[in-house]
Amino acid sequence: MGSLKLENIRKSFGKVEVLKGIDLEVEDGEFVIFVGPSGCGKSTLLRVIAGLEDATEGQVLIDGVEVSAVPPAKRGIAMVFQSYALYPHLNVRDNMGLGLKQAGSPRAEIRQRVDTASKMLGLDDYLTRRPAELSGGQRQRVAIGRAIVRNPKLFLFDEPLSNLDAALRVNTRLEIAKLHRDLKATMIYVTHDQVEAMTLADRIVILNQGRVEQIGSPMELYNHPGNLFVAGFIGSPRMNFIEAGRLGESGKGTIGIRPEHITIDPSSGEWQGKVLHVEHLGADTILYLESEKAGLLTVRLFGEHKFAPDDILHATPRREHMFRFDEAGKART
Amino acid sequence: MSRATSSLSRSIAAHAILILYTVIALFPVIVIIINSFKERRAIFRTPLALPDSETFSLIGYRTVLDQGNFLLYFQNSLIVTVVSLALVLIFGAMAAFALAEYRFRGNTLMGLYLALGIMIPIRLGTVAILELMVASGLVNTRTALILVYTAQGLPLAVFILAEFMRQVSDDLKNAGRMDGLSEYRIFFRLVLPLVRPAMATVAVFTMIPIWNDLWFPLILAPAEQTKTVTLGAQIFLGQFVTNWNAVLSALSLAIIPVLVLYLIFSRQLIRGITAGAVK
Repeated sequence: MGSLKLENIRKSFGKVEVLKGIDLEVEDGEFVIFVGPSGCGKSTLLRVIAGLEDATEGQVLIDGVEVSAVPPAKRGIAMVFQSYALYPHLNVRDNMGLGLKQAGSPRAEIRQRVDTASKMLGLDDYLTRRPAELSGGQRQRVAIGRAIVRNPKLFLFDEPLSNLDAALRVNTRLEIAKLHRDLKATMIYVTHDQVEAMTLADRIVILNQGRVEQIGSPMELYNHPGNLFVAGFIGSPRMNFIEAGRLGESGKGTIGIRPEHITIDPSSGEWQGKVLHVEHLGADTILYLESEKAGLLTVRLFGEHKFAPDDILHATPRREHMFRFDEAGKART
Repeated sequence: MSRATSSLSRSIAAHAILILYTVIALFPVIVIIINSFKERRAIFRTPLALPDSETFSLIGYRTVLDQGNFLLYFQNSLIVTVVSLALVLIFGAMAAFALAEYRFRGNTLMGLYLALGIMIPIRLGTVAILELMVASGLVNTRTALILVYTAQGLPLAVFILAEFMRQVSDDLKNAGRMDGLSEYRIFFRLVLPLVRPAMATVAVFTMIPIWNDLWFPLILAPAEQTKTVTLGAQIFLGQFVTNWNAVLSALSLAIIPVLVLYLIFSRQLIRGITAGAVK
């Protein structure tokens, strides 16, 4: 119970077209993440699904039913917002129960569902507090609880972790992953953070300027990016792009090689270069190498390495991990 | 003791300026109140002296209360002010919400149109307003005053409140929509409490000119039954003789209700500010 289908969704604000024809099918129980740079339309798309914005064109189908004329509260969805959006005048229990109360559910049922959700999220001790008396992480848990209580067909998350600090973000990410396993609900999640996307999603939808660039599982996108944009967006540090001509390959285009797929040797290798900067992260060492042949290269080495700026090193790409893109940026097959 | 954020000389200077301003602002009020408790001769001989056993007199207050209708005047003033204030706040907030929240054709134009009243004084339209009131038979009614004051207060209210309502988080309103709250509930239960400090500011700015106004009561409602306090006090100002005791007493009394209303709103105002600060 909870499939979603988007058919040719378009949305314009005045003359600006934000969504340029989006088609997508989400199966029941899937965790789908929309990811893309800011301004790519991912939040707008989520709002269209929620019914908070009307699409200029196209159809939204939830469980096979066209919902364009259905108000947000009746679509059987729940949404978690970036800024938590808790009602400041209600305590935690009432915050979580308000949706059900509005829908006219009996009190006993509301009580029981709120209790279940609060147990799941460890909010039992805070049920009588107001949002102002909670920390950021607790507030976000209440917001998630508010979504769970409604027992929706579809969970929508709008950058739910963006306002949390780094440690809390990892914790909450784990919690959301666990929640998805426990509830087996369909979840749609918007983020600009590709790490969140890679770690949580069953499938990732990469959006750019109102268009879908590629849809696939995290590893599909990592191993087989369909174009330059996806190749550059997925993976951290970013993939190195080198003009094909510089490497003496035939035809125009771009060669891509991920930083982790380059090996370094002090004495011999394909591309000689000078170290510009080294970042020591403990588990990784990131090298920035200015090479004559391939330009600026980012190289990711595992473990600690004692390189310093101005060292002369040789880099060798692992051929089997090279990506080739044609002039238009499409991946060559 | 000197710290990074405060030095003695600077705080002395700041306080000196603030005290000077307070003195200037309060001086006329104090003089009115002091002199309202003195007998006529003392008012003119030593206007700045405090009343002592010799000059103390309640003659002004007695005159005002004996004049009979002052309670009625107070009642009129209060009704007109409170009702106008309520109408300005409710309609102003609603218009502001519509302007801030909904995208529709002509939104900006409508906002400008509603703000036009800030720039054009309503008194320019006095003749037209009087004709309108005569035609609709509202002369010498409190309704006439309430209507005019509501119109007078709305532009600034819409302008200020719309600005504040734009700052209310969209997510919160959307969360309300997801939970099935009607637009009215979102407006009354979510947005209005959050813009309470702005409402208090608007209330103060709206209330004081209404309470103090002499112009429209004089023109639209000069009848005995509908006189307001400021207009009522005019009976003591004669062309040849002025009963200063009574005038000063009436004015002193007129301060009290507006002071009470102000205290109520300013408390809201402070509460709103601190609530926002500690988050």
